[in-house]
Amino acid sequence: MAVAEGQASKAQVSESQAPESQASPKSHETRAEEKSWHEVVLQTLKRNDIRLVPYVPDRVLTTLITSLHADPFFTTFATAREEEAVGIVAGAWMGGQRGAILMQTSGFATLANVLASLVVPCQIPLIMVVSERGTLGEFNYGQSLVCRTMRPVLDSLAMEHHTMTRLDELEFTVDRSIKQAIATQAPVALILSPLLTGGKVFA
Amino acid sequence: MTAPMNARNTKVMNRFDVTSRLVKKLTNEEAVIGGIGNTNFDLWSAGHRPQNFYMLGSMGLAFPIALGVALAQPDRRVFALEGDGSLLMQLGCLTTIAALAPKNLTMIVMDNGSYQITGGQATPAAAVADLIAVALGCGISSSTWAADEEDFERLVDQSLAASTPVLIGVRIDDKPGVGATRRDPVQIREHFMMGLGVRQAL
Repeated sequence: MAVAEGQASKAQVSESQAPESQASPKSHETRAEEKSWHEVVLQTLKRNDIRLVPYVPDRVLTTLITSLHADPFFTTFATAREEEAVGIVAGAWMGGQRGAILMQTSGFATLANVLASLVVPCQIPLIMVVSERGTLGEFNYGQSLVCRTMRPVLDSLAMEHHTMTRLDELEFTVDRSIKQAIATQAPVALILSPLLTGGKVFA
Repeated sequence: MTAPMNARNTKVMNRFDVTSRLVKKLTNEEAVIGGIGNTNFDLWSAGHRPQNFYMLGSMGLAFPIALGVALAQPDRRVFALEGDGSLLMQLGCLTTIAALAPKNLTMIVMDNGSYQITGGQATPAAAVADLIAVALGCGISSSTWAADEEDFERLVDQSLAASTPVLIGVRIDDKPGVGATRRDPVQIREHFMMGLGVRQAL
């Protein structure tokens, strides 16, 4: 679970403590006029009328979660489990409201049952934003192992997924993926690589 | 709790009978989410309605799915029917629902202390836990055991006008569901969306 790493559950940290300031790729730092990845994600969700955003927190997602809470356009809240968040946005979709869920890699690993028994067979356009732990500098062996289960599970259900590594491709990927999910009534996983976010580094 | 489950001062009712009593009261296109197995089999057998959604898997998600519908359509009353074993899979959702406090959500737990559909094995909660006390502890302040069928109907009527989420516990017997839902997930989802006015038929 995402809260296995103690810091991950302490969601409310200030911008100055956010991980992207620690270890962002150089290309991001030199383009200060550009939006940050979390601003792009928030704006793209908004532009696609995605209002309901339940989440299980993750350190890397902290700034995005704080921004979603600060924007009255969104209904955003923590759930006790990722599976629960899937049920909530599935219900909301059937009731006519669009949603997306936020989680960490380890949270995704709890979802195989609900994806295979609700989302895929009922053709629910579930939009999942997954902060990728377990690669590119992971310090927790368990996290690195659980990360390796994610893409095989997605592939086994033939689910669309994209790993987002570059800020200049982010808006296109998120925007087009949301539109495709809704048009084709099929789920999508948008994986936020440490190459994009800076990831979480050993403190 | 030291008293065993069967010491509680509530009548042992029947799932199909209680579900039929609920369905008879639904005159305003209320949405109903049926949890997996017997819970949705009896909802189906009580008479299909366009506003019914039948889960085919994802044990424990009847309340979260109902919460999503309730958030999307705040003017529609949403009911969720769940088994005790299913609720045990997802107790945390009670805290989410208490925190969000939707005004239009009524949750019903059918509690026979067993996994009836898999062979009647006792749940870990059966002899030791009180699910209504759990729900109260999670912050669902309007959580009550129905004493008998009449009391159940009264609690349902009350919930129709409630301004906080309501949870009703019903102690039931060990009878299986009386029918079986047609397992066609796309049709079930599409018909439900049409029943909620979100979609129109082609």
